[in-house]
Amino acid sequence: MDIVGNVLPQVLKDEATEDKGEMARLQSFVGAIAVADLVKTTLGPKGMDKILKPTGPGQEMTHITVTNDGATILKSMYVENPAAKILIEISKTQDEEVGDGTTTVAVLAGELLREGEKLIQKRIHPQHVIAGWRIARDVALKRLRDISTENDINSQEFHDDLVKIARTTLSSKLITTDRDYFADLCVKAVLRLKGSSNLDYIQIIKLPGGTIRDSYLDDGFILKKQITIGCKRRIENAKILVANTAMDYDKIKIYGTKVKVNSMDKVAEIEAAEKEKMKHKVDKILKYQPTVFVNRQLIYNYPEQLLADSGITVIEHADFEGMERVAAATGAEILSTFDAPERSQQVLGHCDLIEEIMIGEEKMIKFTGCKKNEACTIVLRGASTHILDEVDRSIHDALCVLITTVKNKRVVWGGGNSEMQMAAACEEEAKKVQGKQAFAIEAFARALRQIPTIICDNGGYDSAELIQNFKVELQKGNQTCGLNMIDGTIGNMNELGVKECLRVKEQALMAASEAAELIMRVDNIVKCAPRKRERA
Amino acid sequence: MSLAFDDYGRPYIILRDQGQKKRMKGLEAYKSNILAAKAIANTLQSSLGPKGMDKMLVSPDGDVSVTNDGATIVEKMEIQHPTAKLLVELSQSQDAEIGDGTTGVVVLAGKLLEQALTLLDKGIHPLKISDGFDRACDVAIKHLEQIAEEIDIQANDHEALIQAACTALGSKVVSKRKRELGKIAVTAVLDVADLTRKDVNLDLIKIQTKTGGSVEDTRLISGILIDKDMSHPQMQKEVTDAKICLLTCPFEPPKPKTKHNINISNAEDYNKLYQQEQQYFIDMVKLVKNSGANIALCQWGFDDEANHLLLQNNLPAVRWVSGTDVELIAMATGARIIPRFQEITPEKLGKAGSIKEVQFGTSNERMLVIENCQCTKAVTILIRGGSQMIVDEAKRSIHDAICVIRNLIKDNRIVYGGGSAELACALQVLQYADEVSSVEQYAVRSFADALEGIPSCLADNCGLNPITSVAQAKSRQLSEKNPRIGIDCMDLGTTDMKEQRIYETLSSKKQQIQLATQVVKMILKIDDVIAPDDY
Repeated sequence: MDIVGNVLPQVLKDEATEDKGEMARLQSFVGAIAVADLVKTTLGPKGMDKILKPTGPGQEMTHITVTNDGATILKSMYVENPAAKILIEISKTQDEEVGDGTTTVAVLAGELLREGEKLIQKRIHPQHVIAGWRIARDVALKRLRDISTENDINSQEFHDDLVKIARTTLSSKLITTDRDYFADLCVKAVLRLKGSSNLDYIQIIKLPGGTIRDSYLDDGFILKKQITIGCKRRIENAKILVANTAMDYDKIKIYGTKVKVNSMDKVAEIEAAEKEKMKHKVDKILKYQPTVFVNRQLIYNYPEQLLADSGITVIEHADFEGMERVAAATGAEILSTFDAPERSQQVLGHCDLIEEIMIGEEKMIKFTGCKKNEACTIVLRGASTHILDEVDRSIHDALCVLITTVKNKRVVWGGGNSEMQMAAACEEEAKKVQGKQAFAIEAFARALRQIPTIICDNGGYDSAELIQNFKVELQKGNQTCGLNMIDGTIGNMNELGVKECLRVKEQALMAASEAAELIMRVDNIVKCAPRKRERA
Repeated sequence: MSLAFDDYGRPYIILRDQGQKKRMKGLEAYKSNILAAKAIANTLQSSLGPKGMDKMLVSPDGDVSVTNDGATIVEKMEIQHPTAKLLVELSQSQDAEIGDGTTGVVVLAGKLLEQALTLLDKGIHPLKISDGFDRACDVAIKHLEQIAEEIDIQANDHEALIQAACTALGSKVVSKRKRELGKIAVTAVLDVADLTRKDVNLDLIKIQTKTGGSVEDTRLISGILIDKDMSHPQMQKEVTDAKICLLTCPFEPPKPKTKHNINISNAEDYNKLYQQEQQYFIDMVKLVKNSGANIALCQWGFDDEANHLLLQNNLPAVRWVSGTDVELIAMATGARIIPRFQEITPEKLGKAGSIKEVQFGTSNERMLVIENCQCTKAVTILIRGGSQMIVDEAKRSIHDAICVIRNLIKDNRIVYGGGSAELACALQVLQYADEVSSVEQYAVRSFADALEGIPSCLADNCGLNPITSVAQAKSRQLSEKNPRIGIDCMDLGTTDMKEQRIYETLSSKKQQIQLATQVVKMILKIDDVIAPDDY
């Protein structure tokens, strides 16, 4: 510090680090590629799963997760490398935006950077690499859009497409053996939404027991609650009042109120008044003439008894989501005040039948023949909670993809077809471009081709041979060829029925190239001193 | 450490707690300060220009941000050294005043300090150096004003503004879409600009970010986007010809500020109180409804009962709207902010063509778009991108572009970029140097060298040979008397920045040179640093 002229004065805080140039770049490449390598074995129909084990005191080995879903794996990983964090971030965004392709996006970004690293070693400036990638991305995107097809939303073809897309998505998951069954199930559920994209209306109930095959789609709506004791267990032609109101005791909402009494008599008086108030509320509810009363909040014994006495079936403690679903399904309005019984027709929900059913060991309430038939329930069965969780994630992915497809309508061939096509387009473009950028465009093509290569490798097939044959087949003009992962050959995707949603591919391509570009542009990493944490 | 001794040879304590303090004096202090400041400038140097690189910054909590914006980089670096902190402030004041050129200003200050170091080695007194810099700065500024050109911002569909925005965006990660984003920024600024007063209130441009999609999906909404949804899931999702009631009081029974108690002592009172409470809600909703409003936006929360009453009365409502949004909506729709239910009158309602809920992606996130506001003066730029880091960086870039456009509307004089303006000034300063007869001459000449540092740095970042390209540009400027010759960063085959259309605002350039000179002068005046030892 004191020898001026030779030693630089300390500018940053203690423990803060600054890496420049080569070192910084090396750090980002290593981090990003490591993350991509980690998830790449889960890619494709023959991909493997990962076990995630939480660390930290008190929960060793308690909450393990077995999954194949890229976003879930990446989200639960604790990484320190900043570039790796960017990859995790794009995977999360992919999950939020389209729901599937979360592994692909991380792997593609990782492969791009792997190729980028080679170019840098060849002394090509990062900015040139980026310039090339940008050209390549545009070309790839254009080709991707060109090869996509669109069918009318009401046609049988579109319906078939949806089933195929769902099958493709599910084929890389645990339930691949039953994918036809589940594909059909997901498509039916999504079509019920009639174009709306609100996934909330599809409820997924997980119950351990039975086998995966025992899962089913219930066209009614199932609420994981119980009917209060002493009420009818089966109601036909139910008129449902959905409420969000306090049914324990009405707390006084005016600020600063205190009850002060000076004798026992008064206490009794107040108590009676309180009771009267609740009775009054119940009376008002009764005026709506419902046959079923669903409340979000707790219902105390007294009002419950009053309602039950009047022959009304009471369901208490429906959680917020459950209540919204009930309301949406039955066309009820969620009430908090009960002063307009004349609106009873508008606010009451309706359904043909409400009954208590048993699924496995658990009692639930099923609403069938609802007024608005949008909501539905998928009941998942399986041998253990781990399996159920994974099936839930898979179904969620499939539903997301289907909804995206319903919105976007365009589809492409799966089995690596789209990646190979894009790679081919990039290579054609590379021949036309002057300057160093051309190397980067070729690198982009190689990175794209890595996706089908990894899929092959994961399946234990000879990727080098398969990919070359694939290239040749495409060159011959066979637009629908793709990887047949069952036989390990190049097959016709049309016959195999492997389709994917354009939007998912688009988003993966754009997000991956954006992230790779972002990491490529970095020449300096400054890490601040980590905040000191006091252990509580 | 300086110690004084008294007549008996006993040491005197001059500074309190002297033993625990670190002190640097004289040349040692100068050099240490300059080196620290230069370290910052060196870090930023590689971010300058269209081919500049980004920095990855990891916060104390492990959050990552990637950026190219000078002000953001130095802010997030958590700099400890006191002199280096001066440069942080320098960058931030450029950001606050101009909004753009935050990297350039630090790099220039670094170059000036580098020159000062050699002058100090020559034995020139720091004050003489700063004097010389001051005089050179004046010359440079005067020359800048001479070579500045006025541009017609309206000509050719605001082409000049778009070009200036593109110049600002060119160095960022979003540079691929600079034209589209530039247009968005220009339209946004023009929508809210007060052209007669030549003023732009940047508060009226809201920049909202949402991950997903890609940067191309960024769009301009001629209205306000708020990250909220209707308070009740069953309220109507779209309101046309909206009459907006903007409230800053909660739909709850009033809470007077004075401390009070209501004592209930019998059942009658108890019932009365209940009646009163119910009445509050009914009255509140009635007051809103009677004013003719068909949507209520509230800064606070709603009680469940009030919420339902609103629904029952067919009155969509939004709760927990943030304070800044409330003000923005008030400005845009002409609504008056109403602090008490009793004060709702039809005149105080704001008007908008439509309000609707929009949904993004698969997660259940919704936002409200308020469009066709009565006093259209508010726009929102919705930025999309593949990840949080990209979206954040795009937001900073667009902010820069918007600032540049605002500056141009305020003052339509421009200079050309690509280092040409700095080169022209350097030449002028060099000429002036020969007229100075005192020691300052050396300082003035060094100032010119420092100015040349900017184009040389640009050339370096673009992979050109800095020495040859700067020398070529300099000689061409002199021989052709053309102050627009700069560095051809984008490899477009011409060094005339007018042809490349690289516009920078005069105000930004002026500010850069002035601020950098000021900070350097300040650093040169410090000859004693006293700090606690453990610092």
